[in-house]
Amino acid sequence: MDNLKNLRKKPLFLPIFCMILVLLINLIKSPTFFSVSVNNGVLYGRLIDIINRGSEIAILAVGQTLVVAVSAGTDISVGSVMSLSACSCCMLLAGYGNNSVSTLVVPMAVGMLFGVLMGGVCGAFNGALVAKLKIQPMVATLILFTAARAIGLLLCNNQITYIRYEKYKYLGNFIPGCPIPTPVFVAIIVIIIIAILLRKTALGLYIQSVGINGRAARISGINSDVICFICYLICGICAGIAGIVASSRIYSADSNNIGLNFELDAILAVALGGNSLGGGKFNLAGSIIGAYTIQAITTTLLAMGVSTDKAPVFKAIIVIIIVVVQAPAFKSYMAARKAQRAQVKEAA
Amino acid sequence: MKTRKKLDSNTVLIIITIALFVFMYAVGCVMYQDKGFGNFQTFLNVLINNAGLICVTCGMTCVMLTGGIDISVGSVIAMDCMLLVYGMTEWKMGAVPMVILVLVIGLVFGLVQGFLVGYLEIQPFIVTMAGMFFARGMTAVICSGQISITEADNPIFYKWANSKITLPEFMGKVNRHGKVIAPYMRPTVVIALLVLILIFLMLKYTKFGRNMYAVGGNQTSATMMGLNVKKTKMLSYILSSFLCSIGGILYCLNTMSGSVNQAKGLEMDAIASAVIGGTLLTGGVGNVIGSLFGVLINGTITVLVNTNGKLLSSWANIATAALLCVFIILQSVFALVKARRNN
Repeated sequence: MDNLKNLRKKPLFLPIFCMILVLLINLIKSPTFFSVSVNNGVLYGRLIDIINRGSEIAILAVGQTLVVAVSAGTDISVGSVMSLSACSCCMLLAGYGNNSVSTLVVPMAVGMLFGVLMGGVCGAFNGALVAKLKIQPMVATLILFTAARAIGLLLCNNQITYIRYEKYKYLGNFIPGCPIPTPVFVAIIVIIIIAILLRKTALGLYIQSVGINGRAARISGINSDVICFICYLICGICAGIAGIVASSRIYSADSNNIGLNFELDAILAVALGGNSLGGGKFNLAGSIIGAYTIQAITTTLLAMGVSTDKAPVFKAIIVIIIVVVQAPAFKSYMAARKAQRAQVKEAA
Repeated sequence: MKTRKKLDSNTVLIIITIALFVFMYAVGCVMYQDKGFGNFQTFLNVLINNAGLICVTCGMTCVMLTGGIDISVGSVIAMDCMLLVYGMTEWKMGAVPMVILVLVIGLVFGLVQGFLVGYLEIQPFIVTMAGMFFARGMTAVICSGQISITEADNPIFYKWANSKITLPEFMGKVNRHGKVIAPYMRPTVVIALLVLILIFLMLKYTKFGRNMYAVGGNQTSATMMGLNVKKTKMLSYILSSFLCSIGGILYCLNTMSGSVNQAKGLEMDAIASAVIGGTLLTGGVGNVIGSLFGVLINGTITVLVNTNGKLLSSWANIATAALLCVFIILQSVFALVKARRNN
């Protein structure tokens, strides 16, 4: 019993527990869940699908974790920024006004970099509003939440821009000769870079100290505004990368659908990862496991016949349950109940 | 003693808002004179199209006064519209029971959100964001297509939507044949303005209204004064969701249809209207008269973009977002200046 209690206090308990729960439910429902087969030289299977499709959420969750940790608020613009970066990338590659091309106007790398840069600009905009002007994070990001998708539509001239260029599909699908989907590698690279940035430099420590007490951090010589700005910048760049991957998957820029409802997934991933949405200490590994758990839930819902536009109902309920369980008021209420019960037991 | 009343930053913001509205409308009149922008009817159309938004913004203003925010409103409106339309076409329910059902759902929705924010002290943004996705998902659960309501489905509702209130003829214009066309408006506008006046009186003269200002102004001192902060917060969310349901009914009377993508981004319009109207995001300052002008500015932007005809409709979104951005920057600059002066 004591062992179980200790286990429950481990930071990664919640994400891993949820992950195992979701996988178990799937296994009971369909025993073929874990089967992986090789077709045409690439891997197929539910599990591969989850790892593949979860890449964007994992990339977003990395950025979102930092934002939540540093400012106790969330960046709700990530989904729209994904759409904007995909649109700006495709617009540059296809040339303004063209909605279907098979030859590129500029080299592919330039377009993709431009897309990521666009994400970075959006992140910097959010960061400036939050860090410099002290606007509540979610109101500041609400601006881009609406505007970024609209700007994306303008860039694509209100159309869906298709890039029918073989190499453009590599990033979101498969590189010939490699059985593992490319988005997995992208996610791993992003995670490794951010992890190194946090571990090998003092950035991780700074972010935590600003998140726990911004004033104390400033007094002890940390430029908290800059740290906050950097976090939003990283979040924007992550959203940009995720947008490019999502666009490459469907080799087009569909401004109305890319990144739709991803902000909910990203925030849910952070919450499921055992991070407090009130800021402060954070756990990157938890968020990443949380991200794949979300994708597993989505895939499960889809397999059960719940369409994508209905899935948010379940996710919203999960978010509410998690935040309620995390809420200090709820915790103290439960502790009081427990103490009361113990008293009754003692009296008996 | 000072004889001149000092202008504080909040009054300045409201004056900027009203000036901006007059300026924008004047620019519209000059630019699109040939398209009939200067008619009184155009102004009434702005009101007719935004009757729902006026109600929603009143609720949003109340929540923002307590220092919270409610981003679920757009989705709740979509859910209300879908429920109304689906109920009347598929379930063959009457108009009155459906309206009552929608209002009750609004109250319950507000109760849950308010409890989570007020009593469990969860960040309002997280709660209402979950509410936003929940309501949008529920819309799809009710029906994932687009349905509209016709006279055959429900004559009563149809009659409500199409009744006109004709104004005196002298406000109208003379058409090509020398006949005077009297301007008209719809009952939805009257309901919306009635709601606005009620909320204005409530904020100004009732205990609950003043409590909301106190809670938003300084939560600690409100607690010390003996106000029930948690209850006030919860009631503000209930009020917001209830007004949002009224707004949803008005919106449905205007569009007569329901779809999953309806009223997308309406939360942004409501927040922008409230902020443009001088409600501080930090709470404690603002009133609904300013919010009315916020809504009018918002509506005018849409009309300007539509009248132009060449611009894509996403320009209206971008313009609203840009205005919101400018106004919150103004607010925070004023706040920073004030803080510096106090030091």
